[in-house]
Amino acid sequence: MAALLVRLFSKSCRQISRPWAACQAGWRSRSTTPAPDMASDHPAGLVFPPLQTYSEEESMMREAVKKYAQERIAPVVSKMDENSAMDEEVLKSLFEQGLMGIEIEPEYNGTGSTFFSSILVIEELAKVDPSVAVLCDIQNTLINTLFVKLGTAAQKEQYLSRLSTDMIGSFCLSEAESGSDAFSLKTRAEKHKDYYIINGSKMWISNAEHAGVFLVMANVDPSAGYRGITCFIVDRDTEGLEICKKENKLGLRASSTCPLNFDNVKVPEKNILGQVGHGYKYAIGMLNEGRIGIAAQMLGLAQGCFDHTIPYTRQRVQFGKRIFDFQGMQHQIAHVATQIEAGRLLTYNAARLKEAGRPFIKEACMAKYFTAEVATLTTSKCIEWMGGVGFTKDYPIEKYYRDCKIGTIYEGTTNVQLSTIAKFIDKEYDH
Amino acid sequence: MSGRVLVGVKRVIDYAVKIRVKPDNSSVVTDGVKHSMNPFCEIAVEEAVKMKEKKLIKEVVAVSCGPQQAQETIRTALAMGADRGIHVEVTGKDYETLGPLQISKIMAALAKKEEAQLIILGKQAIDDDCNQTGQMTAALLDWPQGTFASEVSLEGDKIKVVREVDGGLETIKINVPAVITADLRLNTPRYATLPNIMKAKKKKIANMKPADLGVDITSRLEVLRVDEPPQRQAGVKVETVEDLVSKLKEAGLV
Repeated sequence: MAALLVRLFSKSCRQISRPWAACQAGWRSRSTTPAPDMASDHPAGLVFPPLQTYSEEESMMREAVKKYAQERIAPVVSKMDENSAMDEEVLKSLFEQGLMGIEIEPEYNGTGSTFFSSILVIEELAKVDPSVAVLCDIQNTLINTLFVKLGTAAQKEQYLSRLSTDMIGSFCLSEAESGSDAFSLKTRAEKHKDYYIINGSKMWISNAEHAGVFLVMANVDPSAGYRGITCFIVDRDTEGLEICKKENKLGLRASSTCPLNFDNVKVPEKNILGQVGHGYKYAIGMLNEGRIGIAAQMLGLAQGCFDHTIPYTRQRVQFGKRIFDFQGMQHQIAHVATQIEAGRLLTYNAARLKEAGRPFIKEACMAKYFTAEVATLTTSKCIEWMGGVGFTKDYPIEKYYRDCKIGTIYEGTTNVQLSTIAKFIDKEYDH
Repeated sequence: MSGRVLVGVKRVIDYAVKIRVKPDNSSVVTDGVKHSMNPFCEIAVEEAVKMKEKKLIKEVVAVSCGPQQAQETIRTALAMGADRGIHVEVTGKDYETLGPLQISKIMAALAKKEEAQLIILGKQAIDDDCNQTGQMTAALLDWPQGTFASEVSLEGDKIKVVREVDGGLETIKINVPAVITADLRLNTPRYATLPNIMKAKKKKIANMKPADLGVDITSRLEVLRVDEPPQRQAGVKVETVEDLVSKLKEAGLV
């Protein structure tokens, strides 16, 4: 029995160490020069660095985005929230900074960096404004990835350079009657010779107000059920595509969320992304990765809110001492900080697992579910710690509180995440 | 002028950090403290990169002196558009006593070695506020200097520099090669965009020691003590002018 345990243990150990080495090799092969700073951060010979270990490139990116977000986005956050509108300057500067094509190759004007860099960027943006972060997240983890992975040479040629330079994309899956039950979508695409006619409507489509291209999931063959779902590339100015008035939302107000109507929208066959009838696969696949992006957004949101609150608790004096110094406060603050840290490690680990080409879906679900909960807890507590001022719009805290709620709802509700995690657990105990 | 510009960049404690003095009053705490490029050095890099974009100069070389971490500062300059970097390695005690005199000797040696036509530096560093390196470098090289520059324009083989001085603005014309030090209003430094950060990884940073340049970096200065500024004392409110005058008399001020 002991021998069996030892064998299992050493086997899993070897499995852990090999992929890590492959991981590092993967990093090295990505950049043209080796990343020596990984090793230089730690005492010689440390093969398993902590999760919060970044390559020099990742550190520089994070610093650059932090500075940019503080200087260019922070001043307009309140206004964008008030007016429920994304500032045009912010949109432009996001492209200028290379934040909208992080994983796109330089030959398409992209930044040519890695998934983990995207995660760090989204986290830093979310600390300042979760609405801007979600725009960046959808572009990078959903739209760009779909084009990069599935696009034909012609499609990449036509769209990737635009996506990294000046065009925003929208991912259109949900409908009024199909949210979590995504595959029961009703939008129909009828084949005629070499084109399709799309009819139907979509709901809750982020970025729609500014998007130049829409990735629309429509069913070409309802009798085949979800196996008829196909991904179509629809340009904004296509006749019959109507972008309706954006929703008046509780939070993430600067991010436009619109219903779309498709009235005999004609889409050529060459605008199919990937294969006919494989849309459901692509949707699931992309949402698995997008999940980690949302986790990063919730993480940044929680951290940003926390960072605004703690200085106040260190300043505010009641009963002769800082409110931070009351044990009751300290315990609450420490608890929240621990939850944020745990959320960060889940997120970073899921991202590194994905980069290493290892299974990551369960971990991604855990990261998204957990960080959304942490964001809710953190923002709620932060308002309490700030007292009366936390309740006013003069301070940024209440905005974080409103913004966080969608985290447990979009890109897979918490219930869906939990069910998915349970499915994986069930399988793990199969042998 | 189609030559090479050297830009000095210094790694300093970030301007937003609250400085603390070590308990033994020997220096300020630097361990674990956030560092970044001196803001005036950023302005210097920006000016050099702008000149290159206007095709007035051919190459921008970023130089920094210090320990391994100085390379981060050089990388930031590369991400802003510098072509390559030179890291002059100085560590330990030598680094603690490194000051304008040694830096200017290094810059002068590098200027000769690299056949530079222009050296652009920040007017001063925000940690020591010396405001000496540019001037000393020019003297060592026997080059003209345009310090506190708020505007720089190349006119043939001369440079027109508008300097910010106490009385206002002074415009001078100096020959090339020359040393310029950047003041606050010279330009607004660009952000390092993510694509440029990626490109910076491929740019080269050469490594060398002061001895390789024949420079002696022993310091002529010894820091005796570092103290925090005295705590601001609370003021006193007075009701009438008579009270004010009597308080001033008490304090021996009138």
